[in-house]
Amino acid sequence: MLSKLKAKLLAESCEEYLCRLFEGIGKSSLNAFTTLAKESALDEARQFDKNPGQGLLAGVPIAIKECISTKGIETNCSSRILRGYIPPYDAHVIERLKAEGAIIMGKTNMDEFAMGTSTETSCFGPTKNPWDQSSVPGGSSGGSAAVVAGGEAPCSLGSDTGGSVRCPASFCGIVGLKPTYGLVSRYGLVAYANSLEQIGPLTHTVEDTALLMEVISGHDRRDSTSAEGERHSYLPGLKDGICGLKIGIPREYFGEGVNRDVEKAVWEGIHTLESLGASWQEVSLPHTRYALAAYYVIAMSEASSNLARFDGLRYGSRQGGDMDWHTTFSAIRAKGFGPEVKRRIMLGTYALSAGYYGRYYLKALKVRTLIKEDFLRAFKDVDILASPTMPIPAFKIGERINDPLSLYMADVFTVPINLAGVPAISVPCGFAGHLPIGLQLIGPHFCEAAVLKAAQAFEAATAFHEAKPEVI
Amino acid sequence: MITREDVEHISWLASIKIADEEKDELVEHFNSILEYFHQLEEVDTEGVEPTYRVVDLANIFREDVAYESLSQDQALKNAPRTENGYFKSPRIV
Amino acid sequence: MEDVIIGLEIHVQLNRLQSKMFCGCSTAYHDSLPNSHTCPVCLGLPGSLPVINRKAVEYGIKVGLALNCNIEGETLFYRKNYYYPDLPKGFQISQYDYPLATQGHIMILGDDGAERNIRINRAHMEEDPGRLVHAGTIDKAKYTMVDYNRCGMPLLEVVTEPDLTSPKEARVFLDKLKSILDYLDVFDGTQEGSMRIDANISLKGGDRSEVKNITGFKGVEKALSYEITRQKNMQRRNIKVVQETRHFDELRNITVSIRSKVGAHDYRYFPECDLAVMRIASWVPAIRAALPELPDVKRERFVKQYGLADDHAKSLTSEIKLANFYEAVAARAAPKLAAVWIADVLKGELNYRDLSIESFKEEHMAEIVQMLEKSTISEDGAVQIIRNLLDKKGGTPREIVLALGLCKAEDDAVQKAVKEAVAESAAAVADYKAGSERALNFIVGLVMKKTRGKADASEVHRLVKEEVEKV
Repeated sequence: MLSKLKAKLLAESCEEYLCRLFEGIGKSSLNAFTTLAKESALDEARQFDKNPGQGLLAGVPIAIKECISTKGIETNCSSRILRGYIPPYDAHVIERLKAEGAIIMGKTNMDEFAMGTSTETSCFGPTKNPWDQSSVPGGSSGGSAAVVAGGEAPCSLGSDTGGSVRCPASFCGIVGLKPTYGLVSRYGLVAYANSLEQIGPLTHTVEDTALLMEVISGHDRRDSTSAEGERHSYLPGLKDGICGLKIGIPREYFGEGVNRDVEKAVWEGIHTLESLGASWQEVSLPHTRYALAAYYVIAMSEASSNLARFDGLRYGSRQGGDMDWHTTFSAIRAKGFGPEVKRRIMLGTYALSAGYYGRYYLKALKVRTLIKEDFLRAFKDVDILASPTMPIPAFKIGERINDPLSLYMADVFTVPINLAGVPAISVPCGFAGHLPIGLQLIGPHFCEAAVLKAAQAFEAATAFHEAKPEVI
Repeated sequence: MITREDVEHISWLASIKIADEEKDELVEHFNSILEYFHQLEEVDTEGVEPTYRVVDLANIFREDVAYESLSQDQALKNAPRTENGYFKSPRIV
Repeated sequence: MEDVIIGLEIHVQLNRLQSKMFCGCSTAYHDSLPNSHTCPVCLGLPGSLPVINRKAVEYGIKVGLALNCNIEGETLFYRKNYYYPDLPKGFQISQYDYPLATQGHIMILGDDGAERNIRINRAHMEEDPGRLVHAGTIDKAKYTMVDYNRCGMPLLEVVTEPDLTSPKEARVFLDKLKSILDYLDVFDGTQEGSMRIDANISLKGGDRSEVKNITGFKGVEKALSYEITRQKNMQRRNIKVVQETRHFDELRNITVSIRSKVGAHDYRYFPECDLAVMRIASWVPAIRAALPELPDVKRERFVKQYGLADDHAKSLTSEIKLANFYEAVAARAAPKLAAVWIADVLKGELNYRDLSIESFKEEHMAEIVQMLEKSTISEDGAVQIIRNLLDKKGGTPREIVLALGLCKAEDDAVQKAVKEAVAESAAAVADYKAGSERALNFIVGLVMKKTRGKADASEVHRLVKEEVEKV
């Protein structure tokens, strides 16, 4: 896709292409873009038309999730408390994109501070699923998935703390990768749960994801958790096929709670991989059922600290008169955060507070160890794992928003991957009615190449990625 | 079980003001979520080390070299209230 | 002052570093506009990440070793969560379990003149918060202004055990600590607010109060003395001393209670997973080997090697630059005489002018001591030379001697003048014989006139007395 687009941009006009995209966005009812950087994007397009340059992404427009810092472009995490905040610096991934000639189109909607599975907790209102506008696009990177699926941008970046790239990729029928923790620098990514999250691409094809990974991955000295070593290359060998690949099917990821259409499509996907020369065997990840609880304890605890800086003093919104500082900040935070964010901050505060640290936070971190060991054990026998990305297809807007626990349950197959820090991709593998279904392929730490290769082989053998929603 | 008083204390610690009419619903939400968390207690973690960092890195440092700071204008640009180059904060007491 | 229990927490800015603890902002912010030394990291902008300054850790280890601490093989940073306008992230990156250095001690001279061992509980690294400027006083200000230039400065917090027994001892301890930090070249105490102290104090059997954020050693002494009086008065009146945090009001020299809420100190420490653990065991031998000779050892050596009196040795070793200055002089001139002149005279002249030892040249001091040794100049002359040099009148000591005619008169010239003067002063001699000691002064004055002031007055006095007795 992107390679064709690059050829097209060279042959025709980047400016015209971009104008058409912006025109479409103007008419769109998806509510997927929050801020458009029209002027700077068109400027860059005109420059490209004059002198295309050699960058890997020269002239390619890209949409960026609201929580990734963009110099000079508002970065508000879809939260009232950060409205108006314009970063004086670019995130590491933005620097990389710009260095390779990509054009930043604007920012995309998300669940407030990435806390959600549906993009409904945004202060800008919900984004709609391009396949069915009464359904959610998934979350939290719902805007980034919807703009790609809906044809508003050729590719985008999201972030994945507990499934926030893979879930919307699955719900919107596109490709989304959560890289190994430490592979992509988090410098400039507004933290929700910093020990869990990574920035990842959302694209139409596996090859596009591989291309974006070439650009955004690699060591950054400003992120102390950034893995050291050579930069990886994912394009060479991508299409080598998967003959002899051993796939593990975690038995805990099937059965109860999984939608039948989803289970059927995923098994068909596994058989497709088998037909391409891979073999499969059942494996067990015995601590899976505790992953959700462990994930939410850890994520909320870290969030309670990460979001402590938002008080309206240095940036963001500050309204009303002043009382003493604590009363004032408490009121600003009460107004500025939505209910789900407040819930998570407060529960996280509780989980870290005196007397409860051992019972919640420390316990969850120990369970995390067991979950990570489950994966390491499984990867002794198999090369990658395959499972549904989400147990269900996209649900209706408003259906679950008032029942936090039922929303959390939807993350059951994505959060263990973040706890273990391993990479996973979601690729389209079928439909439940008219709603897309995602197949999740999981690899060992830093084995993105193996995951991408399997996903590429699957994509080449199927046509799901070619299906396009009819967006008005 | 979390009580209204607990919610008030957490609200103070988290610096998020909670209106009286919100408290009962929060108590209910918190308790149902915490009850879900309590299933962690079923797991035998005797002798298991906690995983703080999923990729074990050690000794990541920068050298002691100064770089250019933001200008005062850039630093203050996003602040809702400033005065004479300072951020303006509500009173302390 | 018996039965007073004092423990100190000393926050030391490692301000000899070029850059802050977790970012590359310069540490030289003192003369800058507010908020002109910040970046996304120390301003806590969303998405920014800290990276540890390697040299700050090395400095921390240096101090830990100098305080005779154990250096932990593996040490890590934690988040200390609390809200305050000077804390831009809503947490401070600090240490908690596994601090850098634990269980050390240093010796000080106690009130009773005996050596006392003061135990160090721990030394850990953290980042400095910003600075609040109140419009008026803290309790009356309508709003507060915040400057984040200081924010992120590398701090080392040294925590003592409650081993100090008087405000004076606390002061002596702090002087000693400062001197060690000076030797290690990690700390410049001349910068404002570079060392801030929290003091815990209680009377035996009572609860303790914590006086926060005292700057200056005199302040510590005053705050502690005030607290002792306050707590004693309360005990006398049978009022229970409650555990609380107090603020030292430097203007009024009193401590005042800071209202603190219940549960205010739930800091919710947890490991800072944006930073990697530090495995530093392998660094220790090299840092230990490179440690300089520390004040106590140097002092003992000065006593032994140069035959100095202990108080001279102590005075000369209080600052590394002074000690180095002394040794350079002692290599060229009589060491004992040099010690007296540097410790007793030069140091006083420098203090009087608020100058540091760097304002005086080693070779000048050596020359002056040599001249004193050979009695080429009188003691008064030496003082005059020092003053001239400090007041920047130019020249070398020898040039000043010539210019001011400070060369001490030859002994026989003095003898001759004494004889002449006594012969010329029959009346004065008679007065002296009649019992007037003061009559000698007249003759001494006459001798001084004859020698044009180059003779040593006390020496002349002795000679005149001898001569008169013979008459």
